[in-house]
Amino acid sequence: MTQSASFVRAEMLAQQIPPVTERGAVKWVRENLFSGWLNTVLTILGIAAVFWMVKASLPWLLNGVWTANSLAECREIIAANAGEGAHGACWALIRERWHQFIFGFYPQDMYWRPVLAAALLIVGLAPVLFSDNRRSVLTMIGVTGVLLLLVLIGLDGDVLHIGAVAVLWAGLLAVAWTSPGKLLWGTLAYPAIGFFLLWGGSIWGPIGVMAGFGIMVIVGRALQSRFGVVVATSAGFVTACIWWLVVQTMVTTVLHNLIPLGLPSVDSDQFGGFLLAFVIGVTAISASLPIGILLALGRQSDMLLIKTLSVGFIEFIRGVPLITMLFTASLLLQYFLPPQTNFDLILRVIILVTLFASAYIAEVIRGGLAALPRGQYEAADGLGLDYWQAQRLIIMPQALKISIPGIVSSFIGLFKDTTLVALVGLADPLQGITKIVRADINWKGVYWEPFLFVGLIFFLVCFGMSRYSMYLERKLKTDHR
Amino acid sequence: MAHALDAPKPGFRPSMLIYDTRFRAITIQVIVLILFLLGVSWLINNTIENLAAKDKDINFAFLWNRAGYDIDQQLIPYTNDSTHFRAAIIGLLNTLVVAFFGCIFATIIGVFAGVLRLSKNWLIGRLMTVYVEVFRNVPLLLWIILAFTIFSETRPQPRDYRITDEMVAAGEAPKASMILWDSVAITNRGSNIPMPLLERPLGGFEVQGVYVNFSLLAVIAVIIGSVMANRALLRKTRAIQEETGVRPVTWWKSLGILFGPVVVLLVAMGFHLEYPVLAGFNFQGGLNVAHSFTALLIALSLYTGAYIAEAVRGGILAISRGQTEAAYALGLRPGRTMKLVILPQALRVIIPPLISQYLNLTKNTTLGIAISYLDLKGTLGGITLNQTGRELECMMLMMLTYLILSLIISSMMNLYNNAMKLKER
Repeated sequence: MTQSASFVRAEMLAQQIPPVTERGAVKWVRENLFSGWLNTVLTILGIAAVFWMVKASLPWLLNGVWTANSLAECREIIAANAGEGAHGACWALIRERWHQFIFGFYPQDMYWRPVLAAALLIVGLAPVLFSDNRRSVLTMIGVTGVLLLLVLIGLDGDVLHIGAVAVLWAGLLAVAWTSPGKLLWGTLAYPAIGFFLLWGGSIWGPIGVMAGFGIMVIVGRALQSRFGVVVATSAGFVTACIWWLVVQTMVTTVLHNLIPLGLPSVDSDQFGGFLLAFVIGVTAISASLPIGILLALGRQSDMLLIKTLSVGFIEFIRGVPLITMLFTASLLLQYFLPPQTNFDLILRVIILVTLFASAYIAEVIRGGLAALPRGQYEAADGLGLDYWQAQRLIIMPQALKISIPGIVSSFIGLFKDTTLVALVGLADPLQGITKIVRADINWKGVYWEPFLFVGLIFFLVCFGMSRYSMYLERKLKTDHR
Repeated sequence: MAHALDAPKPGFRPSMLIYDTRFRAITIQVIVLILFLLGVSWLINNTIENLAAKDKDINFAFLWNRAGYDIDQQLIPYTNDSTHFRAAIIGLLNTLVVAFFGCIFATIIGVFAGVLRLSKNWLIGRLMTVYVEVFRNVPLLLWIILAFTIFSETRPQPRDYRITDEMVAAGEAPKASMILWDSVAITNRGSNIPMPLLERPLGGFEVQGVYVNFSLLAVIAVIIGSVMANRALLRKTRAIQEETGVRPVTWWKSLGILFGPVVVLLVAMGFHLEYPVLAGFNFQGGLNVAHSFTALLIALSLYTGAYIAEAVRGGILAISRGQTEAAYALGLRPGRTMKLVILPQALRVIIPPLISQYLNLTKNTTLGIAISYLDLKGTLGGITLNQTGRELECMMLMMLTYLILSLIISSMMNLYNNAMKLKER
């Protein structure tokens, strides 16, 4: 038989490119924007919405004026530049009043103190946030140092301060390079440092308070091997209380008379703006996590009394609005404390905000505890660990990992809620300061600019926190999917 | 024979209170109880001393004194001659009304935003992400104050709506005009919307200062009857479907049953709308809604809507892809897959976070005091407190009310949650 075919293809044809509607941008647009009539309608509506927003806001942003002394002057400049009837943002307001938005009424010649406190806070956070990543810690400290130097130069240009900060940062970077773990001591000491920098006064007061914690740890350690964790911790706590209530004042007074070191003190009512929001937010966030953990454990406890107290506390706090708690701080706390006690409104607000946040965090952590399989508890018991060892080594690391998203969103909520302190008369950035600025005769009638400015800073901080929680979730993920 | 002896039972020693786990729990609880009681008695003692020092007592009689202040928005009659108690009730009703509408609007916005964020449409997905992130990461107070400022500072004054003879002669248009076919006027003093009125109301009577309105009761009764009738119809339809496999067309019957009787009743009672008209210096007639209410409602709905959108998205994502694939394999269209397969399962995941969002919204209505919305916090915890100086009593009453409100909402939603829950055997 002979083959009658006149042509047989011997080689493969090269792959053809798909038709024009099935590749590249055209395919993407067809699939993602116009895949059906509903999708097409939605896309058109979306484009219309975007177009409308851009049309409304772009000229306003582009016509923005940065240098003027009043709203009327702003409008004149805009009218001169962009024609009669044009709209424009008057950023000159922010330029003139930014320091009030950031620092409230803090004395202007001492702005370096909150700035330094903020920078040290970042240094203190670095080893906690990036515990196993030396490069991130170094970058964070280095960048903070450079920014701090720039800000200080911009603020007052005092050579002494700048030189001291440069030396301090060189030391911090050296520590971070050689043994990053040592930075955690700085983190532990930060509450005293931050308090001293912000409020000023004698340096011995904060040192005395920290010494109380040192005494608590020493006593606890010394007794732990003989009496167990609970007794040792209680004994340490009682000793520390005795130190704080009785001994500390005498010792610090003597020390202050011998070596009078200190900064000029700043009153609480001079705090305001984002400084206030950060002071309340950071303190309440760091204090509410341990209290929340204890409350969650109390709610899971087998001891009826402790469980009842925890449940009662948590449910009460979660059932009332934060504002009522703040008004309790400003109106009722004076009734509950011994007569003639009168302490700072900011401190009272911090305490109540902390209690409020800790109830929410307790519920989040309870969710994490409930999500752990029963076997984990039994395995810990099987290894012979006692309650606190099991919690510390087995249960909490896993439960906290599960509850990270919830904890961080509680923190975000707490930070946003710091704006409510305006309602009890503190000058928060949103209502307190903005009201003052808008009451100025020069800036009467301005509203978008201050709200946008404050909102943008809140957005950046909160969005940053939520992104960090996503990073942490990825980092701690151990399951393989 | 040697018998295995029981381990010797040691007598009770005081050290066992600490080292023996059986007794340690009791020791700890006793110590905690003593500390707790000491703390509480310390607080109570302080309070008594402080009250004595200020020459005050705890007395709720002030609730029946004349309030002496006006409240703009009142759902039941109130004058400044009414008592503080009635002012508190007005405040509570104002809280409830804004919370009620806020929950409804926030749910609608949230469900749409959550579903659209998952849509395959790239543009819409991104827009919804922007909406959710922007609203979740900026304080609620900012949205409330911004909305209020925009309403009260950018809207025209009532006099800008006026059309004078000269303007007609010159052919000029007024500076501002009403929207929605001349029915709604938004001025810098408030929004004026049409008010529903009845020509032939059924009357009513007053009990203890509360007006019982027969017309409203009749409408509610008819609506409930219609819903029950509609459910009966659907039950019958389902029975037919199960028997024959064919589902009769019912949508027009349902429409008729649901809306027919109400429309007939309203027409019989002479239902009509009263439109706001510019008279003198302000709009007359119609319903005047204060900007504090509108701004609070808008801000709360958008803010909570963003959270609900996240709950809805999370609930839908929690349903495994296999469910969708199985539904497609059965030949269900995407729309029906969503309605019959995905949403009923997703609802179980969505409801618990939804409950807490409703609770948050209700508690967040207290932020209305920033824009002078007189809710419970504004009346009982605000003006009444300042006028009478009874901080303890007012705060106690207010906290108790919010606590009860929270408990009621969460128990109602928990009932619903239990009804929806997967029935396992």
